[in-house]
Order: sequence, then structure tokens, then C-alpha cells
Amino acid sequence: MVDKILIENLSLQYSDGAESLRNVSMGIRENAVTVLFGPAGGGKSTLLRCLNRLNDLTDIKTSSGQILIDGENILDPKTDVIALRRKVGMVFARPVPLPMSIRENVVYGLELAGETRGSKLNEAVERSLKLAAIWDEVKDRLDEPAVALSGGQQQRVCLARVLALQPEIILLDEPTSGLDPISTGKVEDALLELKKEFTIILVPHSIQQAARTADYAAFFLTGELVEYGEGKSLFTIPKQKKTEDYIMGRFG
Amino acid sequence: MEKSLSWREFIITRLIQGAGYSAIVFVGLIFFFLLREGLPALGDVDITSLLSVRWYPIEDYFGILPLITGSLIITLGAALIAVPFGIGAAVYISEIAPRWMREILKPLVELLGGLPSVVLGFLGILVLSPYIRVFLNLPTGLTAFTGSLLLGGIAVPTIVSVAEDALDSVPRAYREGAWALGATKWQTIWRVTLPAAKSGVLTAVMLGIGRAIGETMTVMMVTGNAPVLATKLGSIFSPVRTMTATIAAEMGEVANGSAHYHVLFFIGMMLFLISLAVNIIASSVVFRAKKRAERILS
Repeated sequence: MVDKILIENLSLQYSDGAESLRNVSMGIRENAVTVLFGPAGGGKSTLLRCLNRLNDLTDIKTSSGQILIDGENILDPKTDVIALRRKVGMVFARPVPLPMSIRENVVYGLELAGETRGSKLNEAVERSLKLAAIWDEVKDRLDEPAVALSGGQQQRVCLARVLALQPEIILLDEPTSGLDPISTGKVEDALLELKKEFTIILVPHSIQQAARTADYAAFFLTGELVEYGEGKSLFTIPKQKKTEDYIMGRFG
Repeated sequence: MEKSLSWREFIITRLIQGAGYSAIVFVGLIFFFLLREGLPALGDVDITSLLSVRWYPIEDYFGILPLITGSLIITLGAALIAVPFGIGAAVYISEIAPRWMREILKPLVELLGGLPSVVLGFLGILVLSPYIRVFLNLPTGLTAFTGSLLLGGIAVPTIVSVAEDALDSVPRAYREGAWALGATKWQTIWRVTLPAAKSGVLTAVMLGIGRAIGETMTVMMVTGNAPVLATKLGSIFSPVRTMTATIAAEMGEVANGSAHYHVLFFIGMMLFLISLAVNIIASSVVFRAKKRAERILS
């Protein structure tokens, strides 16, 4: 296994002083689910948003360190951010279906990228909806508005929308926080399939989800990376006292 | 419960209710007054004469057609100028400008909206119209085009202010969703943010146009006030006279109860109906858009 992403001494502070990262260094493995967990305000989402440079659009006071993806520092100002975001897809906590049909939602990113060939687009629709484990549920109603779907289905369509761009890395920011257990299970099952092809970084919405899905897990507390290791060992025999306390529910 | 308390509740509720109804009552009374003073015009003057092209009240020519076309051509010109500028400025302030720039621009635009129109008219006469006369090589700088430019300037702050609020209220999640898919800033604005704020932007445009139609002082000062029927495209570079300017200029000197007096009120009635129509169209469009948005987002 190789490190797909290498984060080196990453520090960041927002202008309003809200959340920050302090000197975080970690490597993220290819074709695995890496879980970033910890109490709110710990810097998980901030780190996620650094990886596709979505933080560019927020007010940042200071930042230092570097993030290497396939050996290239993506924090370099010369990085093509648009290409980066196509390579590093992101799914948000609240599904954001655009007010159009399911099919149009899925091909939206491709169209933005300038793809116009109908055959390519149709192929992408089927492939990515299958990958997101929702093809069977929507294949007969692709031209219906995406907003008519249930929350869980919407979230998987949003996942398909990301997959259609054929990214290499998928970031998920509490993707199941608004979903019922059955939909959550479907999303998690989809992730298990997806990790064969993609590098997945997940901010889970509960410790239980972290424990269920993690190949690797990183515990964040107030902007610091407290512990990072294989999921199985970290959730059963954590090395740090703080990690243990959090997993046991003594705080948070 | 104490009796005095429930009485107080009752009175306050009724007072607020009365204030609410009064708005409707006042509009109703104004319309009734306009009808009472304006409708006799149809008895005093032939309908064919009213719809003729000659406005010369001293010799009993009451053709209001040139006034209506005057108002329309100036408003249309103003809309053509104000809508792109206003929406462009709103997009810039809300989506592109850095924060410090936004904090300067927004209050500045709103200040511009409070500028008395007579001041703008003054600037129009002294600065704009000589320049237009020389630059376009016209016999006079007091034209429909001059009026359109100034009215556009008057409508812009309204459009910017309302449209910027609408853009600002688009959830950040929409933009981030588009950015994360690799959309450029422009693609995000054009394909996600603007469509999401559509109803608010339409309201802004309608309010701006409403402001332009009703404007009197500026157009009276800079359009030359010649009641000539606008028949061709070039008419925009000749003097015109609007409905509002006619009422403002002539109402003070007209004999109470004469045909001229009734016709002026008839024009007021037309103006009232036009702005009512604009408002109804605007709110029905917005209402429909909102219902659609609610259906989609629920």
C-alpha cells in the first residue's frame, strides 16, 4: 500500500479564530477508508476542505505546511484548482440536489467540464449511479426531479454526481448525518465497494460509524491530531488516554 | 385572567388590524378619487380624440397617445440600461468583491438610492445633455435618451440593493456544491447562484422599473417635454413628454372641473393602472417561482 496523500506540518487558522489546525502530519492510504473523527471544532472538516482547496473561499488568517497528492503540493498557488476539485470529489452533510432531473444532476459536473457527447454522458449516468448503489432504485425515473427522492436517495445521487467525474479521491463530510439507519447502511455499503477503486476520506457522524467503516482512523481534538492508526486497533486498544476517553464516551 | 389585561389585548389587536386594513382602504380611496375625477374625461372628450396623436390642451386637443409612448419609451430605455448594470453590480458586490469592498459599496449604492431626483435632473441638464448634444450631433440634448440614462441611474440602486439581498440569501451549500464539482466562479454564478435567486432578482427588476415609471422630476427636466408620438427607433434621440411630467407641469394651471382637468386625472388613472399591472405581474411571477422553489426544497 502506498500513501496517496501526504500531509506535512499543516497549520491553519481562520480569520474569526473559530476552528484551526495545528501542525498536522499524516499519510493517507490509497484504496482504503480513512476516518477523521473527534468532537466538533476539532478541525476535521477544515482538513477535508484543505484537500480540495474549498477553503480558498473562506477567510483564512494564516496557513502553512503542505499537502502532497501523488507527490504534488496542491497548496502551491500555481495548482489548477478546478482540475484538483475534479480529481478530489466531495459529498456534503446535507444533500444538495440541484433543481433538475436525476440524470441532469449526475452529468452536471461533466457538463461543466465541457463534455457534450450524449453517449459519454449516458454511460456516465449508469456507471456512477451503479457505483453509488442507487441505479436499481432510480433507473426507471431518471428524468424525474432529483428533489422528489428521499433524503437517502438524494445523498446517493450526490455521491453519483461526484463519481461521474471519475475522481481519484472522495471526501465525505458527515454524509449520513441527516439519514435514517437503512439509508445510512446503504451509503456505508456503497463506500465498502468504492474503496476498491477510490481513496476515501470520511468524517463520520458518530463514533459507531467511525468504528464500522474505518480502515484507518485519525482522532482530532481542538485542531491537533491526537492519534492515528489502523481502525481495528485504534478502536479496541487506543494508545492515548484522550482517545480512549472519547471512544468510551467520557467527554464529547 | 384579569379583565383589564384581556381588554388591553383586544384593543391592541384591533389597532394593529386597523393599521393593516388602512393600507388597503387608502389605496381604494385614491383609486376611487382618480376614477371620480378621471372618468368624466370620457364624457368631455371623444374617445377617438383621446387616442389621437396631438396633445395641445389650449386648443382642446387631448391626444394622450404621445404621452403614453413617451413614458413607455423612456421606461424601456431605462430598463435596458438599469437591468444589466444593476444585476451586474449586485453579482459583483455579492459574489466577487472582497469583503472590505462589499462593506464600502453596499452602503454607497443605498446612499445613491436616496439622492433627490431633482438633483439628478439638475446634473442631467447641466452636464449630461450638453455632452449628448455634442457627442451625438443632435439639435438638442434634452431627449428621451437623456431621460432613459438618468432614469436608469435612478433604478440601478433599487435593483442592486434588492438583487444583492436575494443573492446573499442563497445558501452557501449551493455554491460549495458547485465549486466542489469543479465549477468555475463564473459557472457557479451563472448556473447555480443566479437561478437560485431568480425570484428575488425578478422582484428587484420590477421594483426598479416601477421606480422608473413613476419618476417625474428628472424626466420633466431633461426630456424636452415635446408631446411627439414616438413612431420609429430614432425617436429615442428626440424630445418626448411623459405622462408624469404632463400632470406635474399642467395640473397647477388647469381650471378646476374643466375637460383638461379631467383628462389629466384620466392620465393619472392610466399611470395607476400601469404600475398596478407591473406590480401584479411581478408578484405573480415571484409567487409562482416561490411555489416552485418550495415544492423543490420541501
